[in-house]
Amino acid sequence: MNARKSFGSRPRARILHPVSLTVRRGEILGIVGESGSGKSSLGRALLRLHEPTGGRLSFDGIDITHSGEAALRPFRRRMQMIFQDPQSSLNPRHRIRTILGSGLDLAPQTPGESRSEALARTLAAVGLDSALADRFPHELSGGQRQRVGIARAIATRPEFVLADEIVSGLDVSTQAQVLALLKQLARELSLSLAFISHDLSVIRTLCDRVVVMRAGRIVEARPVADLFDAPRTAYTRQLLDAIPSPVPDPGWLERGPIDRDLAATPAG
Amino acid sequence: MMVPAPLLAIDGLSARLRAPPHRPLLRSVCLDVREGEVHGLVGESGAGKSTIGKAVLGILPRAIEPCGGTIRLSGTDLLGLSPARLDAVLGTEIALIPQDPMTALNPSRRIFDQLTDGLRLKRRLRGQALRDKAVALLQDVQIPDPEAVLRRYPHEISGGMRQRILIAAAFSLDPKLIIADEPTTALDVTVQKEVLRLIRKMQRSHGTGVVFVTHDLGVVAQVCDRLTVLYGGMVVEQGETAAILAAPSHPYTRALLDATPRHDRTGSGMRPIPPQVAAALQAELARYGMGPGAHV
Repeated sequence: MNARKSFGSRPRARILHPVSLTVRRGEILGIVGESGSGKSSLGRALLRLHEPTGGRLSFDGIDITHSGEAALRPFRRRMQMIFQDPQSSLNPRHRIRTILGSGLDLAPQTPGESRSEALARTLAAVGLDSALADRFPHELSGGQRQRVGIARAIATRPEFVLADEIVSGLDVSTQAQVLALLKQLARELSLSLAFISHDLSVIRTLCDRVVVMRAGRIVEARPVADLFDAPRTAYTRQLLDAIPSPVPDPGWLERGPIDRDLAATPAG
Repeated sequence: MMVPAPLLAIDGLSARLRAPPHRPLLRSVCLDVREGEVHGLVGESGAGKSTIGKAVLGILPRAIEPCGGTIRLSGTDLLGLSPARLDAVLGTEIALIPQDPMTALNPSRRIFDQLTDGLRLKRRLRGQALRDKAVALLQDVQIPDPEAVLRRYPHEISGGMRQRILIAAAFSLDPKLIIADEPTTALDVTVQKEVLRLIRKMQRSHGTGVVFVTHDLGVVAQVCDRLTVLYGGMVVEQGETAAILAAPSHPYTRALLDATPRHDRTGSGMRPIPPQVAAALQAELARYGMGPGAHV
């Protein structure tokens, strides 16, 4: 996959300045930034949920920058999204079987595999018992619902999956399970995963490479180990310095400047 | 050495759902907050940390009833107070810094009016005295151009600034105790750090005791003097923050630390709570004889 893109909207309200990045096959790419940095806009542009006003977006070598819905349809199966809030992204009136079914219908068939076998395989891939197929979303725990959200995304057998802040509402113990699951799925299914998060600690845990965004621009794009050990920009260093570590450090709170928030900017 | 009497003493506090079968939410919780101390309440969802905060403030939802124990502020049992007496304590002796600065502020009222509610209602301040005090409060929380900010509406200022307004409001009557309920959870990390720094500074200069509710062990490590780890409404571990984080004595605290992703080391944050630790916690909950916990 080679998604190189520039994306910008009308000058009056430019959401993304021209940005260029590539998501490689089988790679977990972290996209990190503060609120309003454009990370979700970038993610949605990668899925061609927005049509860019400039630049070029290609998927598996094919230019899809301005493709219409019909032309995009074959790509839709191959690129999927996991949403932040499984509560609101799963239809409360549908059983898990139905929620996953529409995705499974689009997936290439495995010869000799029945519909219910495919369903059980998909649930097993995210660590859920096939007995849950007849439940409704409200009958599951938050962690189980997030697993269903992941199962829904991988049901079509995509090559590229975008995960937008999918662990930010979870407890750390559930978060650890979901992160371990994503890592395992990416490896087993050779998925390219774009993982959007405001949390650099989570990015370090999960990702191979990371893109730091600020005000609609990419500030830094590097392998995770390099970025955390030797950030190149003052902005990235500032973000890293602002993360409280669970090891008490008496000087931490007083260190570092910032106060840039004090400029009276309205929240977005 | 004499140990000073605690500012806040919670002793054997239990609470449950009012409706049968009365699911337990707090199980004989004991904790002390000393004057000028920041005491962290840590745990995952369902641990009871916010319920404790609400019980201290006397703002438990109707569906929840306290069913044992005492909450003493400087010796006075808050659970036994009449609504009128409790109303006199709230704001003046105990104040709240809420989680979400957007929903905690009324969108249709100017900052000045919301900031000075306590000063007008409880201190009867009016006119220029009120105006001067409002400006001084915003200066304390390092807001530039206070006069202009006081005229604004909540949507006209940033999230970090809104949280500063709420901190200023909480300190406006110089309370002895502040309940900070996840006060930085909704903020970006850089803004979070400024707000944490500010709460610490204000708390030190006023000598205020703070109950700091959070799910973030990093925040606890950098802000809290002592901490209480909660699970399923029971106290799992309690003591000096540095000592507990360096060498947790309870396996659940250890497991929470292991599950926390770290920006300063590799290979962290993917270890879930081990099944034997979860099983041991359920057994401990059962020992309280109040039925199983909701959180597994």
